[in-house]
Amino acid sequence: MNTSALITMGITQILVTFFMVYFFVKVLRAPKQAEPDSYSENDED
Amino acid sequence: MAKAESSGWGSRVGLILAMAGNAVGLGNFLRFPVQAVENGGGAFIIPYLVCFLLMGIPLLWVEWASGRFGGIRGNHSTPFIFDSMNKKRVWKYIGVFGIFTNIAVASYYCYIESWTMSYVYHSVIGTFDGMSQQQVSDFFSSYTDIGVSTTGIPYEAVVFYLLCLLLNTWILSKGLGGVEKVAKIGVPMLLIFGAFLAIKGLTLGTSGASAEIPDANALDGINFLWTPQFSSLLDLKVWLAAAGQIFFTLSLGMGTIHCYASYLKQKDDIALNSLSAGFTNEFVEVVLGSLIVVPIAAGYLGLDWVINNAGFGMAFQTMPFLFEKWGEFIGTISGVFWFGLLFFAGITSSLAMGTPWMGFMQDEFGWGRKKGAWTFGLIVLILGLPTVFFFKEGVFDEYDYWAGTVSLVVFAMAEIILFAWVFGITKGWDEINAGADVKLPKIYKPILKYVTPTILLIVFLGAFITPKDNDWKKAITEGWVLDNGSVLAKITNSDIVVNKEFYSDHKEYDQASGIVDTIIHDKENKVHILKVQDNIRFYRNEKGVVKEAKKEAILKNIGKNYVFFDSVAVCREYKFKWDNKITVQKGDVLKLGSTIATGEFTNKSLYTSIGRFLLLGLFLFICFLVWRAGRLKEHL
Repeated sequence: MNTSALITMGITQILVTFFMVYFFVKVLRAPKQAEPDSYSENDED
Repeated sequence: MAKAESSGWGSRVGLILAMAGNAVGLGNFLRFPVQAVENGGGAFIIPYLVCFLLMGIPLLWVEWASGRFGGIRGNHSTPFIFDSMNKKRVWKYIGVFGIFTNIAVASYYCYIESWTMSYVYHSVIGTFDGMSQQQVSDFFSSYTDIGVSTTGIPYEAVVFYLLCLLLNTWILSKGLGGVEKVAKIGVPMLLIFGAFLAIKGLTLGTSGASAEIPDANALDGINFLWTPQFSSLLDLKVWLAAAGQIFFTLSLGMGTIHCYASYLKQKDDIALNSLSAGFTNEFVEVVLGSLIVVPIAAGYLGLDWVINNAGFGMAFQTMPFLFEKWGEFIGTISGVFWFGLLFFAGITSSLAMGTPWMGFMQDEFGWGRKKGAWTFGLIVLILGLPTVFFFKEGVFDEYDYWAGTVSLVVFAMAEIILFAWVFGITKGWDEINAGADVKLPKIYKPILKYVTPTILLIVFLGAFITPKDNDWKKAITEGWVLDNGSVLAKITNSDIVVNKEFYSDHKEYDQASGIVDTIIHDKENKVHILKVQDNIRFYRNEKGVVKEAKKEAILKNIGKNYVFFDSVAVCREYKFKWDNKITVQKGDVLKLGSTIATGEFTNKSLYTSIGRFLLLGLFLFICFLVWRAGRLKEHL
């Protein structure tokens, strides 16, 4: 592979993967709201 | 009107996976690499990412926010979501696109999905074992020829289509819970299958080179996809292609995101959820999608072949042949993984297409989800069967053009104007940020108001008046000739140049040139077969890029920048009924419009008109339902 392709691919794929993981982890770690939300209403289903 | 049945998402992760599954479709693996190849390889990624940031993400927020805004007011489909944002009647009817597009697209999308089901089956039973590349390609043609059975099952393509549609309808009848379960299984499976194939693509190297193609190298494919060519940044065609790809990949302008988000509450986050779903889709497209089709094909067939043959058909007509080169076991596994991942990508999208209709009928007419799901299946079946039976006559392409391309752009342009200008950007920005688990950059407020609508307007105008061969520079300097794919050419039917009438007493040759190669009078099957050969010459420049000799710019430069590289004989086959008469003889030179047979013919133009009529009928039917629902609301 040539260097410029390797750099473009590396930077793009690392950035996209980083943001995907970052936002997904942020979702998992987001504090749950005190009141029941639209998901927990369905917890018993 | 009271809801017939309450519903909602089971978990936040389930919602994100369902949204990501909705966005991830066949296009992530097939359309993205093809677009990149056709638009200068590495040059494409820069406008692609810019459009993702300036158009994709803002539109995601708009659709999530509009959906939640309408949902908390009891509306789960775009006609009345838009109505809740502004009471002018026009918005309600523009919202019709958000139901229409989904039903129309589902009707042909399920057909592609059924191919992936069928190809998983064929990979398992070893149908492709020992087949040549041509035989694998011919298998696909036979499969879509309804009268031919590849397994002994009569009307195999129809059977698989019905099975696929039944499966979709059954899952939809289970409500959002069913959709969420499929997303929770389908998206991780898709990631695992995709990762396996991407690693194979990345590590293939020169191991696929053969005596016939000694310079085949998978890394050439990766190089071509990722080497930046900054000069292409000034080409409008590349920007339009990038904006179009962002559109399709994120499932924007369809109404499915609105519908999914409408089951959220005011305090539920949308800013972070949409970013998470959007970047999951980008991961599948940019990381996995770029490492499968192009590198594997380049690894066995060479980069030149990929550049000249890149297209949607590669998935079914080429990949099974290439997998066979990995040995029986790995070949079968790879076939199952490839078509399995396409199936999961497809079904998580087609399920999303059913929910706006169900939500609409549930909200406005008090229908239960089962009734909503089964009527969706029935409408899709009525609209979809013509795409199955008349696939080769162009009904499929007609649906894809009007419902799967033009409608999306029209709808998205309308929704951004409604959100940023009519509903108001201040109110809209507050709506996006309500309950947000992430702080959004304020720069996006002016982007939403000015930049995104401008990009959409350019995309719309670009599609409306696309110049011939998408060559904007030539059109501006030498005069505007419309491309056959432009909306204006389609509306005026100027894209149909031969066999214009629905019925005719003669058949015209539909290619630029050709020489009659073979004429067979098959008495047993009572058909006349005409085979026409066309030699396409390829030229190579110093970058190793091969082009067809027909391109005028290359012809002018032969001997300077381009040298003759290869030629290929393309054979086209025409079948005529026994009572028709072939009027040409072996060796005759044909031009576009030359008469090749006489008798009674039904032309493609009839089938494409039927396709348009069905789509228009569907649109008017939904408009009527929206009008009726509006009247019912007034009387409450």
